[in-house]
Amino acid sequence: MSSVIIPEYEVTHSRPNAFNKSYERKGELKHATHYCPGCGHGNVHKMLAEAIDQLGIQDRTILISPVGCSVFAYYYFDVGNVQAAHGRAPAVATAMKRSRPESILISYQGDGDLTAIGAAEILHAANRGENITVIFVNNGIYSMTGGQVAPTTLVGQKSTTTPNGRSIENEGYPMRVCELLATLEAPVYIERVGLGDNKQIAQATRAIKRAVENQSKGLGFSLVEVLSPCPTIWKMSAVDAQHWVRGVMEKTYPLGVYCDKTKDAHPRTPHAPAPPLSELRKIMGITSEEISAPEVKQEIAADKKKVDLHVRVAGFGGQGVLLLGEILAEAGLDAGMQVSWLPSYGPEMRSGTSNCHVRISSESIDSPLVALPDVLIAMNEPSLRKFDASVRPGGWVLYNGDTFPGDCERKDVNVLALPFTNIALEIGDARAANMVMLGALLEIADALPQASIDAALNRLVKSKKWIELDERALQMGRELYHEACVGV
Amino acid sequence: MHKKQLMKGNEAVVRSAILAGCRGFYGYPITPASEITETAAELMPKVGGVFLQAESEVAAINMLYGASSAGVRVMTSSSGPGISLMQEGISYMAGAELPCVIADISRGGPGLGNLGSEQSDYHQVVKGGGNGSYRTIVLAPYSAQEMADLTAWAFELADKYRNPVFLLADGFVGQMMEPVEFTNAAVEPKVPDWAVAGTKESRGNLITSLHMDNDELEAHLKKLEAKYMQAEREEVRSESYFADDAEIVLVGYGIVARILKAVTVAARAAGINVGLLRPITLYPFPTKEFERLRKRAKVFVVVEMSNGQLIEDVRLAVNGARPVEFHNRQGGNVPTHDELMALVNRLAKKLAEDKLFTDAELHVKETLAKVAAEEERLAHV
Repeated sequence: MSSVIIPEYEVTHSRPNAFNKSYERKGELKHATHYCPGCGHGNVHKMLAEAIDQLGIQDRTILISPVGCSVFAYYYFDVGNVQAAHGRAPAVATAMKRSRPESILISYQGDGDLTAIGAAEILHAANRGENITVIFVNNGIYSMTGGQVAPTTLVGQKSTTTPNGRSIENEGYPMRVCELLATLEAPVYIERVGLGDNKQIAQATRAIKRAVENQSKGLGFSLVEVLSPCPTIWKMSAVDAQHWVRGVMEKTYPLGVYCDKTKDAHPRTPHAPAPPLSELRKIMGITSEEISAPEVKQEIAADKKKVDLHVRVAGFGGQGVLLLGEILAEAGLDAGMQVSWLPSYGPEMRSGTSNCHVRISSESIDSPLVALPDVLIAMNEPSLRKFDASVRPGGWVLYNGDTFPGDCERKDVNVLALPFTNIALEIGDARAANMVMLGALLEIADALPQASIDAALNRLVKSKKWIELDERALQMGRELYHEACVGV
Repeated sequence: MHKKQLMKGNEAVVRSAILAGCRGFYGYPITPASEITETAAELMPKVGGVFLQAESEVAAINMLYGASSAGVRVMTSSSGPGISLMQEGISYMAGAELPCVIADISRGGPGLGNLGSEQSDYHQVVKGGGNGSYRTIVLAPYSAQEMADLTAWAFELADKYRNPVFLLADGFVGQMMEPVEFTNAAVEPKVPDWAVAGTKESRGNLITSLHMDNDELEAHLKKLEAKYMQAEREEVRSESYFADDAEIVLVGYGIVARILKAVTVAARAAGINVGLLRPITLYPFPTKEFERLRKRAKVFVVVEMSNGQLIEDVRLAVNGARPVEFHNRQGGNVPTHDELMALVNRLAKKLAEDKLFTDAELHVKETLAKVAAEEERLAHV
């Protein structure tokens, strides 16, 4: 007598929609994966694909395939696919998520990829709290390359590069990623699960779904570590490998939730909407001022005289050397001339001397380097000593000091040496010494109209108080030049 | 015509990039490129773009890989040692056909070198420092204005060829302030159809540099090579400054070309027949321009702030037809006007005395001398 057995639960043999119907990219054997029998990747792939189906996010999902056995994850998933360099998937996922906040980013990584070569990338992505999901498959070995030691290999475990077993003296201890990342403030969900038996597999399924769901809710960084069997490299049967996950691996890597802040997590603030293109120039401080008659100013300048001024400004950092040069160049530009300003840079900006090259010319400027200055502004003695010899015969040296060092004297250049810092102090602030010296230079050069100097000051000096002080300082410099150089 | 603004080349790069539709900047600070990173940090968020300071140059370039995969116009900046770290990612991006723009404001090397300006990144940038048969397009600005103009062009080229494009400048060109005018119209960011953008339309797309099958990889490499050949046909740019009738052709890029312009003017004024050939695209290299000029030129003079890297491409382009002389400064030092004038004078004198020879001519002379000596010896036996 036969009877129909009514099942208590429905058995399905369907494939999640998030998997491709057949694996065309694989080239051959289009209905089987490339994974070995008993490998954990198959399970994890299916859990992930089911989670994608259940959450209804297939179109939005982007899977990052790592380097390792799962390098071909893109063969199987019918989502957006990107294959990344070894260990860099979290960096790739970071930028993709930030570029396309609506997308769902899955960084699928093995233990060599994530804990060894990619240790920095995972740590920083977690620490920034990137709103991505990391599926970390840990089988304690480099499988694809044939079984070399990984940071996660168990103590004593043999590998092709630890033929006598992992020793703590040589390779250190197994790296516990969940514990490590759980010390960070930013991650919202970190759990370690295993594929050691059906109960563990059921928990792993739930954890993976949660990790993806967290992201779809905008909660932040989630990572699920999956202890996964590798029968081929471990040289075990599929069943023994599964037992080994449960009986051995688990002792070094205890399962459980290491971090769960999902209840208190808030979705990230969305991007501010992009401004219209017409606003870009204004936002970036690009002047949209049209030049009504571009030739006029230049004609005036050319009319007046041919200008080709080479200036070197040097002094201590903090004396306003670069600003002096900048105001000069800005004024030159305002007067319709060609200008260039070239700073020295590097450690000498932190201490010691700083200097810049300024050229102002009625013709186009070839080299912005000032090898033979017409005017050297030396705001301290080291600068004078460094550049004095370079001044063009017939040129000028403006020196900030009571007395001009005798050994620097040259018969073929003009010198104006005054205690400019003290003079500036008398009119209000020692830091205006650069402007007093600029005032003297403007008289010497006699190439720039006052209106252009005013325009440059207003553009480059932010406070009204300082503009007033600088104007006084410039005037003082002009007068000092005339006082000192009458009859020269 | 818009009014010109006084601006550092490094600051101009970011503004031009944003006008060109760039909405992603991922970088790591390094002198003398840091102003680019800082300017991007200030401006990117204001225009709806992303700025992120990465944990390393390795991460930064992989973030470019991600943003570019997502179809965003994206850039980074760095210098010498940082570019070395990015080479892995650049190779991946060339392999995966991902556009991006990388500004290398080069400094002294090898290793930590110093912060001075050198041109010693030429090899690692122009020849490609990563693995595999790939090329990067390399543009060499020599003014703040060109920093802006070539940045805009770099984004067009990157998209046209789906390939990384370099802006290779020295510290001087990056740090120098000059009047800049932004002539490029603002470009609306668009998602290319190959991108993986997390949308229904882009779901089937794949970005990868992996091709397991030998024939498939070979076909892919041929496709890449065809793009580079197209760039060699269509994108070569150089500036010829009094070079068309010059006997002495000076060759240099970046800040060196600025100094060489001044030298050219001074030497011409002194009656010496000098000109300047300035490559603007370092790859593709202006080989044809050298072929044209070498018909009249008697000698080429390469001036570099490196141990002689550009000169290798010049020698290939001149192809032994003319002598190629070399002058360099290193370690952050810059060739001075005076030393270059002295060099030009020396060469002019040699030319007048007919004492400049190609390697082949020297070889013939040496061989003839040896033969003569041998005959002499035999005559006395």
